[in-house]
Amino acid sequence: MDRKIVFPGQFLSEKASDAGNGTYVKHGKVYSLFYGVANFKNKVSVVPFSGRYFPHVRDHVIGKVIEVTSSNWIFDIMSPYDGLLHVSEYPRRLDSSMMKKTMDIGDCAILRVKDVSAFMKVELTMRGHDLRILRMGRIIEVQPSKVPRIIGHSGSMVSILKRETNCDIFIGQNGRIWINGKDSDMEHLIEAIRMIENESHTSGLTDRVGHFLKGDEEDLGEAELVEGEFEGVEDEVLDMEEDLLCPDEIGYTEDACRKMDVLLDDERQ
Amino acid sequence: MSEKPEHFIDENGIRLDGRRVDEIRPMKIEIGVLSRADGSCYLEWGNNKILAAVYGPRELHPRRLQRPNEAFVRYRYNMAAFSVEDRIRPGPSRRSTEISKVSGEAFEPVIMIQYYPGAVIDVMTEVLQADAGTRTAAINAATLALADAGIPMKGLVAACAVGKVDGQLVLDLNKPEDNYGDADLPIAMTQDGEITLLQMDGHLTPEEFKAALEMAKKGCEQIFEIQREALMSRYGDIEVVPVAEKEEKDSEESVDVLEEQGEKVENLDEEELTDEEIVEPEAESDSEDSEESTTNAETEEDEGEKDEQ
Repeated sequence: MDRKIVFPGQFLSEKASDAGNGTYVKHGKVYSLFYGVANFKNKVSVVPFSGRYFPHVRDHVIGKVIEVTSSNWIFDIMSPYDGLLHVSEYPRRLDSSMMKKTMDIGDCAILRVKDVSAFMKVELTMRGHDLRILRMGRIIEVQPSKVPRIIGHSGSMVSILKRETNCDIFIGQNGRIWINGKDSDMEHLIEAIRMIENESHTSGLTDRVGHFLKGDEEDLGEAELVEGEFEGVEDEVLDMEEDLLCPDEIGYTEDACRKMDVLLDDERQ
Repeated sequence: MSEKPEHFIDENGIRLDGRRVDEIRPMKIEIGVLSRADGSCYLEWGNNKILAAVYGPRELHPRRLQRPNEAFVRYRYNMAAFSVEDRIRPGPSRRSTEISKVSGEAFEPVIMIQYYPGAVIDVMTEVLQADAGTRTAAINAATLALADAGIPMKGLVAACAVGKVDGQLVLDLNKPEDNYGDADLPIAMTQDGEITLLQMDGHLTPEEFKAALEMAKKGCEQIFEIQREALMSRYGDIEVVPVAEKEEKDSEESVDVLEEQGEKVENLDEEELTDEEIVEPEAESDSEDSEESTTNAETEEDEGEKDEQ
């Protein structure tokens, strides 16, 4: 098994070159920085079980307005640092008297992190495709470290969620998830997301979520044939899922999956 | 208050509460007990009952306390008014302010404060019931709450006291030993054995002090073991959970394992399908100008959404 639960300061590897995210090197040996799951593929990296979101440039986040100043909206982005959205970063030219009418305290929006300074001044932007004010649907909050798990390898999990519940989903890197659909579908989806969150450290999760979502309606009788092939196939899935625990890859895959999801939706229509 | 006993250690080397001289009190740990805190821990150590909560990293107010290059660890040690026999006046006292300061410093070498410039990590420990050694118990609880909150740390911190009664060194003092003993030496250390807190009350000879340090080290090692166990058992084994889950499902829905596996395979097929679909647009965007195709896709989505609205 190349994954296991580790605590801060746990010895992970003899080789300093193995050190990945969530680890540190002391006297040429690698130790864990977090209480979380260590992944021993290529390099050793540790994904914490919990923790605040840390803003990175180009991340998509869902923010909530906590203050409106004469030229900035201040957003809570579930991180130690508040995000600033300057009026000039709003897609249209806006007079400062119109700012409160556009977005007032409590409003939510999908934003992109434009810049993070050394003093942790987080600048946001709303210029860009997909970035918009959220006027309907619901927002749920999850641990930011579970976000890659909810997206799944190349978007597999999020596609299943979308397909099985007929809801629109947008997953912000900061752990806020926007969903929109029928009330009953959304309830079902929230249950599924909570399940992913609680069992994110286990293997074969995508299957179980798929099963969970279909669960009620499915006719279980038809698919008893493929007993022999089963084990091998599951192993493949495990391998795929282990990859996604590495936070390094998220930035790209997530963007990519969003595009794919859009394309998938089109095909369905 | 009980009277001073005649002897703390009987002729068999057994202490008042039935422990040997180098034995710590039984410890019970529960992690994640507070839902609003980022990390929390409830710890019982003998008759001590401690609740620790960690909030943050979050924005620091007042701003003058902010440190431009690192996070500030704000540790609070507080005894509840009802934690001892005579009600203690609530609010900060000389004693609790001092303990807060030194305990916070005990975590300085392990927490990666440089990751969160300008922020604060609030560690709050409440003593609900006190029975000697509360500052060490609070440190043990705070370590686990910090780990639970996902704070990056180089390692865990354990703390334990050594004292002297009847002219003999004993590990982890209890209330009568603390009240009427000759010395009390609380020590906190990291997993590497680096001492991060050391205070002393009473008298020890240099030789006794050295021996006491060794004893404390052994005590802390036992505590590390207990802390590790508490962290490891919280989420269970990676492999065990899905199996247990399956069994649960089996009993609930009386689905036979075979069928369930079959269904998994079915799900899988669909997953592969999505993967295929995913590959195509990627390839396209590679051949063409990638940005252009992206914008197309996005505008399409926008339109779709407008339709929905």
